Amino acid sequence: MIPFDYQRAASAAEATGLARDGATFIAGGTNLLDLMKLEVMAPSRLVDINRLDLGGIEDTTGGGLRIGALVRNSDLAGDPRVRSSYPVLARALLAGASGQLRNKATTGGNLLQRTRCYYFYDTAMPCNKREPGSGCQAIGGATRLHAIFGTSDHCIATHPSDMAVAMRALDASIEIEDSAGNRRSVAISEFYRLPGTTPHIETVLKPGELITAVLLPPPGGTRQAYRKVRDRASYAFALVSVAGVVEMADGRMKRVALAFGGVGPQPWRNAEVEALLEGKAPSAELFEQAAGLLVAKARTQAGNAFKVPLLQRVLSATLNELTKG
Amino acid sequence: MKTELTVNGRRERLDADARTTLLDALRVHLELTGTKKGCDHGQCGACTVLVNGRRINSCLSLACMHEGDEIVTIEGLGEPDRLSDLQQAFLSHDGFQCGFCTPGQICSATAMLSEIEAGWPSHVSDDLDRTPELSSTEISERMSGNICRCSAYPNIVEAIKEAADRRRG
Amino acid sequence: MALHLKMDERDDCDRLDAMAQKIIGTPIDRPEGALKVAGRARYALDMLPAGACHGVLVRATVAKGKLSSVDKDAVMALPGVRAVIADERLLRNPAQGMAGEAPVQGVSDVAYFGQLVALVVADSFEQARHGAQRLKLTLSSDPDVVVRPDDPAADLESPDDQKSEMGDLGRAMVDAAFSIDETYTTPPHASAAMEPHASIAEWSGEKLTLHGSYQMLPFNRSELADALGIDEGNVRILAPYVGGGFGSKLGISQEAVAAAIAAKELGVPVAVAMSRQQVFEGIMRRSETRQRIRLAAGEDGVLTGIGHEAWVSNLPDETFAEPVTQATPFLYQGAHRLIGQHIARVHRTCAGSVRAPGEAVGLTALEIAMDELAEISGIDPLELRLRNIPDKDPTEGIPFSSNKLSEALKVGAEKFGWSERSGTPGTRREGEWLVGMGMASAARVNMLIESKARVTLTGDGVARIESDMTDIGTGTYAVLSQIAGEMLGLPIDHVDVHLGDTDLPRGSGSGGSFGAASNGTAVFLACEDIRNQLCEKLGCDPESLTLKDGHAISGNQRLPFSEILQGTDLVGEGHVEPGKTEEAVRQATFGSYFAEVGVNAVTGETRLRRMLGVFSAGRILNEKTARSQCLGGMTFGIGMALLEELIHDDRDGHIVNRDLAEYHLPVNADVSGLEVVLLDERDGWANPLHAKGIGELGICGAAASIVNAIHNATGVRVRDLPATLDKVLEGLPPLS
Repeated sequence: MIPFDYQRAASAAEATGLARDGATFIAGGTNLLDLMKLEVMAPSRLVDINRLDLGGIEDTTGGGLRIGALVRNSDLAGDPRVRSSYPVLARALLAGASGQLRNKATTGGNLLQRTRCYYFYDTAMPCNKREPGSGCQAIGGATRLHAIFGTSDHCIATHPSDMAVAMRALDASIEIEDSAGNRRSVAISEFYRLPGTTPHIETVLKPGELITAVLLPPPGGTRQAYRKVRDRASYAFALVSVAGVVEMADGRMKRVALAFGGVGPQPWRNAEVEALLEGKAPSAELFEQAAGLLVAKARTQAGNAFKVPLLQRVLSATLNELTKG
Repeated sequence: MKTELTVNGRRERLDADARTTLLDALRVHLELTGTKKGCDHGQCGACTVLVNGRRINSCLSLACMHEGDEIVTIEGLGEPDRLSDLQQAFLSHDGFQCGFCTPGQICSATAMLSEIEAGWPSHVSDDLDRTPELSSTEISERMSGNICRCSAYPNIVEAIKEAADRRRG
Repeated sequence: MALHLKMDERDDCDRLDAMAQKIIGTPIDRPEGALKVAGRARYALDMLPAGACHGVLVRATVAKGKLSSVDKDAVMALPGVRAVIADERLLRNPAQGMAGEAPVQGVSDVAYFGQLVALVVADSFEQARHGAQRLKLTLSSDPDVVVRPDDPAADLESPDDQKSEMGDLGRAMVDAAFSIDETYTTPPHASAAMEPHASIAEWSGEKLTLHGSYQMLPFNRSELADALGIDEGNVRILAPYVGGGFGSKLGISQEAVAAAIAAKELGVPVAVAMSRQQVFEGIMRRSETRQRIRLAAGEDGVLTGIGHEAWVSNLPDETFAEPVTQATPFLYQGAHRLIGQHIARVHRTCAGSVRAPGEAVGLTALEIAMDELAEISGIDPLELRLRNIPDKDPTEGIPFSSNKLSEALKVGAEKFGWSERSGTPGTRREGEWLVGMGMASAARVNMLIESKARVTLTGDGVARIESDMTDIGTGTYAVLSQIAGEMLGLPIDHVDVHLGDTDLPRGSGSGGSFGAASNGTAVFLACEDIRNQLCEKLGCDPESLTLKDGHAISGNQRLPFSEILQGTDLVGEGHVEPGKTEEAVRQATFGSYFAEVGVNAVTGETRLRRMLGVFSAGRILNEKTARSQCLGGMTFGIGMALLEELIHDDRDGHIVNRDLAEYHLPVNADVSGLEVVLLDERDGWANPLHAKGIGELGICGAAASIVNAIHNATGVRVRDLPATLDKVLEGLPPLS
């Protein structure tokens, strides 16, 4: 960990003002400090935003929720409104990390988690995300954790969050404030960038911009499920996960939102799959067709090819669960 | 970097490198060595302490971020001749072997019981809205952030059940 | 006068049973337990003296090559940095168990990726860590390096002394009514004790005191002294508490030597802890194994032949090779046998002992093969094993000291409800879960290692036990207390145990499951010595002396120790050595495992539902700690079956998953429904305690019961461990 200048901000304006060259915000710090100890990340200044007033969960006038960026994962999962109206989000949060980490990790920080790619974590390895232009050692290496969608020849890393997968299925938007105090809202679908030739740039956040909240639209009368598949029973990152939100009407799927974790550089969605399903009556054949469509463009490595059949099966099972009865 | 915080009920003034984690501040600066460093990356739980009543991994927090916070470590939960209910239950159920992960396990369990009392659901709760039960499955899931290579897990679960029963009266 | 015993004959008197205190075997709490649960037990790194400096090690990042220079100056210029050590005395890798001399030393030759080649010392840990990360090494990389055990270019050794052949296995295979010829693979494993390797070194003149985390202090002292080139009389190692070992702390490791060199150079105490990543890269791994197993059986399932050949790996010139086939010569009958071992020389992290070297992986593969034989012969797996228990060691022709395999199998089957298992795989389903049962036998060789101990009965009636033996979570403090308490008629709170100090009498150290029996015997003998001295004082013979609750009873007199001793101490010393009973009989421990798993029909995820282990290991010295050891062993088995795998990158040999997030140890939620049954047994061939080792038995074959249960649940036979979902997925039925 390199020496850094530590600043505790009292307001968003102060925080964004302090966040100049080489500075990073620190909230929970559960991923940032992990990476700083390894010097995978080496900010010259830490702006501690924990004292900012961003820890609340409020109802929005539109019937949704506004989740402050500093709301801890455990508080968000425990919130009665989240538990009853956004169970996919509560389930995703509870499937992630450990009790201790959820007490510390924040909503904003969770969105910005870095990949768990082994090669990103080892500073002796080339990694375009950590050191642009150095190459990708994961390609051709150990790839159990790696992506099958949205990859490039420069990076095949996954986004490790469970929470963000649920938020993607819920069509969340992310509220951002810049140093001039301007606020903008970015749909989660627009928030993350694909790796392309610049895998080190992961989101549309500009330097100094601060996530202040996540906005959830009203849940509607939807059925929700989050299913996570992992190597051990708890405290492990997803091999694949599916967040599903389905609204049924007259025995048909009126609206379908499906997001996938463990398979892409960002929480993954596939509009074609949803379009195929919407308006149709659930059936095993249809689900199989949807699953086939989902993986049609998968690009695999030796170590993650199993994710193709696995994802198809998990998608079918999740759709089945969401539409039965 | 100066930081004032309360540890086990005592006001403490730290003057440490900003890079000092809460874990190293406790162990090296305050000489409270009960809290252990098993991985230093939030992957084992040996460093679990209570901050303002909540369990966290002290290795993934900087001491300077805890200005004004109330910290409780294993040393604050009991003493060898005055053990807390959980400590006593860990002892009588052999909820440890080498003992290295044990302070973290006990701090974690202490806060975990409060989380259940507060009605927080877990990954294995069938119903997110109902008060969770204190079943073995619930305890195991909630204690999965504390790794024990000796694998006292079955005994840890039994110890927690017994202490929880006593707590409920 | 020390009481000395060379174990040349069977002990028939079973003295412990004749004693009056009746605490041996009872499930007392660990005497040191209150300190542990209160966070007051002090481990190596908890002993930081004032003014100590902190050292952080630096790794080389080539699998084979030369370190030509270390850019010390740039790092020395950083704030707080006091020294950069790149000394030819630094260890390449830890010493192997019981080496008693330094392992390969020197930093200019790099033999594996992650080898620790330098130490940066600073006033604070934070400064040292940053300095270590900044230290520039000039390394050359040898392009001809072999990092894959299956690389055709790898040197392959097939030692003759590891090879044995009886009869004609080839013929037996041809003649067999049923035969199996399959290859099984297990990946490299890490011990992953929760306490990373750590040492604090402090010099006083020529005398070095090291607070370390080690299993075998007498050997470690010699290894450390040899590495530093000093007299071992000048080295004292203290390790009263050790945060787990599992083989990884048998030999002195890199941080101890580095700390000692730095402390000498700087004239201040230096603390060095390996980071978790460094533990994964620098500390012994269990070798991966490839095992070809051949089983030949008649119509009745009775084995006529067993073949077990193993391929393992290690660094060039390392003498240790995972003894995969260790239990194969005696577990089952079969006249035709072929056993062999091949060691590939590769540039990967040194291979060494990880809990139950040999049987842990070897018996696992053999017991999967037995399940396959049961499947093709249509004989119940339990029955197949019962039919193949030999009445003597079929290879050596010597009797078993004791063999309770049959009882373990029967008791386990009854208690587990084995008869409810469906013989047809894939037929039991509960919702999304395919449910199956599997079983396996357990076996582990039993050993006795030379040990000494001193027991002092003080004038106020307290026994003090002294030994350099360690308690690595195994329960040494408890069982030695119980042995002394039983022999001297003292309640447990009147026994103090002092361990983990090389100034104390030389014990065996902890390893190979021999600690309790070996050191326990030394303590037992020391107590006999005291009893003899008491007899002299009382003028009675040993047979008529009863000691109970701090009193000596002989004839019609009952005197408190304080009255007999009149303020003086009685000192007893015990010394035990292995002898002819090692060769006269086959000494081993046995057991059985029964597991029930659920395999998710959608994902292939396997979750253990319940597991039973039944074990016989002679006299159980403490029911509570023995059971805990078995639970721990079985959990290692769960990890081996389902989770654990050190992943090496085949291109450069580096360990990819070098942390606890990605090397998956079982967590609490992976371990449910474990039960242990300990059978009543006495084995006088082993030692006068009639006790045998139990610390490793619980892992020896455990994984097979789970893998066999997966087969019963799904019909999928996994021969490449761990049985992660990707290996099960393809064999699952279609969803609808």
